[in-house]
Amino acid sequence: MRIIRVSAVAAAAAAVLALAACGGGTATGGSGGGNTKSTTLTYWASNQGATLQTDYSVLNPQLAKFKQQTGITVKVQVIGWADLLNRILAATTSGQGPDVVNIGNTWSASLQATGAFLPFNGSNFAQVGGESKFLTSAVGSTGAAGQPPAAVPIYSLAYALYYNKAMFAAAGIASPPATWSDLVADGKKLTHGGNYGLAVEGASIPENIHNVFILSKQMGGSFFDSAGNPTFTTPQNVAAVQQWVNFMATDHIVNPGDAQYDQNQSLSDFAKGKAGMLLWQAAGTALKADGMAAGAYGVAPVPVESGTPSSSNPDSMVAGINMAVFKDSKNQAAALKFVNFMTSQSESVKLNGEYGSIPPITSALTASPAANQEQTVLRNVLSTSAVAMPQVPKESQFETVVGTAVKNLFADAASGKPVSAATVKAQLSSAQQQMQG
Amino acid sequence: MTVSLRRDAPPAGSDAGRGRGPAPRSRSGRLLQRIRKGGLPYLFLLPALLLELLVHFVPMIFGILISFKQLTLFFIRNWTGAPWAGLGNYRLVVDVHGAIGSALLHSFVVTCAFTVLAVGLSWLFGTVAAILTQDSFRGRGALRTIFLTPFALPVYASVIIWAFMFQYNNGLVNELLHNVLGITSRPSFWLIGHNSFFALVIISIWRNWPFAFLCVMAGLQGIPRDLYEASAIDGAGIWQQIRRITMPSLRAVNQVLVLVLFLWTFNDFTTPFVLFGASAPSPADVVSIHIYNASFINWNFGEGSAMSVLMLIFLLLVTAVYLLGTSRRRNNA
Repeated sequence: MRIIRVSAVAAAAAAVLALAACGGGTATGGSGGGNTKSTTLTYWASNQGATLQTDYSVLNPQLAKFKQQTGITVKVQVIGWADLLNRILAATTSGQGPDVVNIGNTWSASLQATGAFLPFNGSNFAQVGGESKFLTSAVGSTGAAGQPPAAVPIYSLAYALYYNKAMFAAAGIASPPATWSDLVADGKKLTHGGNYGLAVEGASIPENIHNVFILSKQMGGSFFDSAGNPTFTTPQNVAAVQQWVNFMATDHIVNPGDAQYDQNQSLSDFAKGKAGMLLWQAAGTALKADGMAAGAYGVAPVPVESGTPSSSNPDSMVAGINMAVFKDSKNQAAALKFVNFMTSQSESVKLNGEYGSIPPITSALTASPAANQEQTVLRNVLSTSAVAMPQVPKESQFETVVGTAVKNLFADAASGKPVSAATVKAQLSSAQQQMQG
Repeated sequence: MTVSLRRDAPPAGSDAGRGRGPAPRSRSGRLLQRIRKGGLPYLFLLPALLLELLVHFVPMIFGILISFKQLTLFFIRNWTGAPWAGLGNYRLVVDVHGAIGSALLHSFVVTCAFTVLAVGLSWLFGTVAAILTQDSFRGRGALRTIFLTPFALPVYASVIIWAFMFQYNNGLVNELLHNVLGITSRPSFWLIGHNSFFALVIISIWRNWPFAFLCVMAGLQGIPRDLYEASAIDGAGIWQQIRRITMPSLRAVNQVLVLVLFLWTFNDFTTPFVLFGASAPSPADVVSIHIYNASFINWNFGEGSAMSVLMLIFLLLVTAVYLLGTSRRRNNA
């Protein structure tokens, strides 16, 4: 009997040890909350600079300043875009996550639906300065309408048309195109000898979806009805997708090679003068890194179908980064203080200045005049003619399925297959059916 | 008398309980005795067994449970609260007339074609190379080492290099095929459109044939040289030797090798993911990526799990049939 008892005890001890080891692992791997001596926040920052290291060197001095002011330590971890959403999902599922996190603002409604984030209702919103502190268009991209925002804007961006001044002059084009038909006409003048009129990121899901969304908006279309159900196959959406792909398929102003770009190769093609035009969000810093001088390119609003850009005839989506607080955070009050700090006037001016983005804080906008032509155009677009992507829970799914459909159509166009309204409609219809799941 | 007394006395140092009573040879008593005699090692193994169950089976059971739930983004925070979907997820993913079911079927067919081609050719290359390097010659060691490098390289690094080589504008493959050799009239796309399937097959073969080479090479060491010498005296040519000596002797190695290659290739996630990113072009939309999309991009973990369970059942069936088939053949032989 003794033998059995001894071995039973040994087994139990081993099991307890193993469990204790597991428990220890989760505690240290977790949020690092409940420190009694001083509060420590964990902050997952998105990658805004050229490298993760750039972000650390931009953020760390500010975090030190925050600690000096409040005594709260913030441990920052910069996470690349490829991993950020999955990391947030994992944190949501397990309840073991950071206190504060940056998100792409188009994810707001989707993540809001998971219930992972602290809603910025009256009192929470007041603690970070209230709605009036933020730019109206940027607040439009923080969650579903009629619900308290799931996040607040921290960096904003908008699309603009970048054009190569020397190539325009050589082709005899006096001013940047204001309509899409002008863009095609100018593009044809620029396309010769291996150079093309326009560079696009044909295999990039976000780039495709943002551009197609705006084209559809300009035609009065919408990808969701008022109840939040997908309406991908409306004539306007089909026409928008077809127009976008036809820049390559029938207008031939886009290099067929662009069909497989998804690593910002179109930026470097534009910087090297292989393409005369580019539609991008705040490309200035990246173009500089690719060796293109700021004087070599001009910046203009993205073209429209007709008329002038306005909020009902938009020429950009509201792009940007939002900041959210995890509902599971044990230090919500400190987290809100940190959000308030990061969106304060001085921090907003400083951080957005470093990253080349636009402060979504009204007072920061007035305190820091636009530094160059690019900033002037982007700020104007953001405050007058940018609209938010659909604020529905299935937004990220919509981006994936429609973005993939456009990517497939570009692949067809690149290999010389015709892209008819019927093919586009079939792709969009199959994308819409996948949304049912 | 003394003898019998001694026999009844408990052996020195043993547990007193052992000798107690007239030792009724009942079934439970025998079992207890057996545990007492040989059970100790098993009891020491018990924690390991429990942990093994915890690490391997619990996640599998969770995966199967999730496949019966409607686990969408609305419920991931509290997934036990997700409503039960019954067979709803399964109905959705096997409905080949619906968008989701037909996409899964397409993906399944692509994966099967990819697996058959990649495994078949990896095995062929590996076997041919192993047979050719069977006889000793100058530089054989160096050659074998070079052959094994693709297998030793980190997957991520090697696939990224292939992705660069398959670029449309400045990739090495187009440079060679189009600019240098002039085989194609214009540069081809390798990472989008139909060629993406072949790009995937090529990389998979490149990565896996060294493993086939290694296994077959090891198997060849076990074949006695006298068999070849004897057959040569009997007038057998090289083909006859391969057919009648090499292949039959390699049967056991091949049985395991092909199975392992099949499972690896069918489930391979890293290669297509690094090559194409999350949205693979439809001609190369293999099941692993497809399931990842259903789960992580569409945030429908119930649907993704249902697909995974179906694939698990398929792989189990294939493995069982394969093992039964090959073992029977071996027994008959």
